[in-house]
Amino acid sequence: MHRATPLSYDVAGAPLDAPAPETWRRTPVAALWRDGGTRAALLLLIALALVAILAPWLAPHDPAAQPDIITLKNQAPSVAHPFGTDPYSRDVLSRMIYGTRVSLSIAILAMLLSTFVGTAYGLTAALGGRFTDAVLMRGVDTLLAIPRILLLLGVVAMWGSLSVPALIVVIGLSGWFAAARLVRTQVLALRERDFVTAARGLGARTSSIAVRHILPHVASPILVAATFGIGAALVIEAGLAYLGFGVPEPQASWGSILREGHDVLVSAWWLSAAPGAALVISVLAVNVIADRLRDIASGRHLPRA
Amino acid sequence: MTSPSGIAASEPAASDALIDVQNLRVAFSTPAGLARAVDGVSFSIAPGETVGMVGESGCGKTVTGLSLLRLIEPPGLIDPASRILFEGRDLLRLSEREIRRVRGRRIAMVFQEPMTALNPVFTVGDQIAEVVRVHEGASRRAAWQRAVEMLERVGLSSPAERAKQYPHQLSGGMRQRVLIGMALVMRPALLIADEPTTALDVTVQAQILELLRELQRDFGMAVLLITHDLGVIAETATRVLVMYGGEIVEQASMDELFANAHHPYTQGLLAAMPRVDDTRERLTTIPGTVPPPTAWPSGCRFRDRCPHAWDRTSREHPDLFVVSGSHTSRCFLAQEPERRRAVVAEQTE
Repeated sequence: MHRATPLSYDVAGAPLDAPAPETWRRTPVAALWRDGGTRAALLLLIALALVAILAPWLAPHDPAAQPDIITLKNQAPSVAHPFGTDPYSRDVLSRMIYGTRVSLSIAILAMLLSTFVGTAYGLTAALGGRFTDAVLMRGVDTLLAIPRILLLLGVVAMWGSLSVPALIVVIGLSGWFAAARLVRTQVLALRERDFVTAARGLGARTSSIAVRHILPHVASPILVAATFGIGAALVIEAGLAYLGFGVPEPQASWGSILREGHDVLVSAWWLSAAPGAALVISVLAVNVIADRLRDIASGRHLPRA
Repeated sequence: MTSPSGIAASEPAASDALIDVQNLRVAFSTPAGLARAVDGVSFSIAPGETVGMVGESGCGKTVTGLSLLRLIEPPGLIDPASRILFEGRDLLRLSEREIRRVRGRRIAMVFQEPMTALNPVFTVGDQIAEVVRVHEGASRRAAWQRAVEMLERVGLSSPAERAKQYPHQLSGGMRQRVLIGMALVMRPALLIADEPTTALDVTVQAQILELLRELQRDFGMAVLLITHDLGVIAETATRVLVMYGGEIVEQASMDELFANAHHPYTQGLLAAMPRVDDTRERLTTIPGTVPPPTAWPSGCRFRDRCPHAWDRTSREHPDLFVVSGSHTSRCFLAQEPERRRAVVAEQTE
């Protein structure tokens, strides 16, 4: 009779030579790529990023040049000026190309700033004890009660027009409140987890627990929120520029081109159409990706076992 | 020297003790009021000794264990009048920085749930190495080396490969071994093991207990084994503390406790244990549940569930009385031999 060798439950575990479970097909990036709509959105954003980077080589004209402000202004699209010209006779295509550079970099850097501030703030509130938490979060509640654009206008009204770095700081510092709240909520739940208590019990300091044991678990919601944050920053920047608080002339951003078009909307529609379309399409693309990232973060992309 | 039985036990001057807990009180403020989870617990552990702490859920065992490392967080508070003397210092009076140097290095803890006490995003080797790096500032490579050695020590085969795996790739028993490795890598003088085998199936339980015994012998450390399972205590401990309602209700050597349990609660626990030679159709249970810590009954806290309660138990709160030698019990029966004889006679009937 065949006798089985004594079974030790303890050796059960993944076999050592088992393939790593993170094969390419199961990684989040692959999941992002697999979905047709998301892939289109990604390709679009990559293309926009290339345009921004290669602006000096792509732009057919100097975006600030005003060749003839009398005879060449508000020209309809033509071969020489595919997107037409603006009221100062500047080439709209060239301004759009340089504007992409300004709009995208403001949106991305502002998002990075608000993500960093929001994460640090939320972590501090959640781990800093009840009093710190109460004070910090009441502060955020107050700021969240003010509409973002109003808050920005209040700040920006003091200057008139802002340089690109100043816009990044202003937009970044007005966009972290929701992120702080999100991070705090997540961390409050995480810090009660056994492995956090275990780490404390083995002598880890609070800062290392925050960075090593807690932050990696908040990474996916932060990533999702940050991606949505790019879209929000794009719109906010355009809104500010449209209201006259954008980058200084002759620099162009999508918002400032839109503003120049609004006086001549009926006679020169192409001036508003190009930046408007760029904004709509890129915000849509960003949100499609963010949406998909959220699905992935919640594990819905994995094949059902 | 034998103390006369029936008198209130005085706290022994435990100068040779590794850890000496004096009148530990821990309370949590809750919406329902102040929860006195641990209410005047005193005990000591000698170097190298294994002490079992047993009791139902909610009797204060885990909170006691966490208090020894000062891991109680608001809304919980350790009474500042309590004292926990360890290696000549009062742990409750150390600075945050000093207590961090005790945690994991001199006193370590193994938690109940091997599934959740490991961080899922790091390899197990990383998690053991982190402890070494925190306490010794060792280089990444040296710490990793120590982690691999420790994994081998706790009985994992191919430790170098296992160290690179993530917790979800290991079985429950292997994870508990990793947790034990994390706790012991700094060779602490005291290990607090909070229900280390509860989440594991029976065969693995036995292996883990065997491992703990072996490591304790080799490292010469003291162990406080917290469990609700008297069977686990019987296999491992030399002395037993029985907790009920945030208090120690009985304290005795393991043999004495199993032979001559005095407190009705301990007797209930022993009666509830299944035995190999059982002829009972149903296991015995202790009726009722532990009262909530926000409202301990006045008098004896066990009286609502006690088969022998009489009027005195609702009027007075019992002290720990000496039963014989070092055997103490928080029951008035220790003071009233007549009544005790009657109770025993009734039981043997």
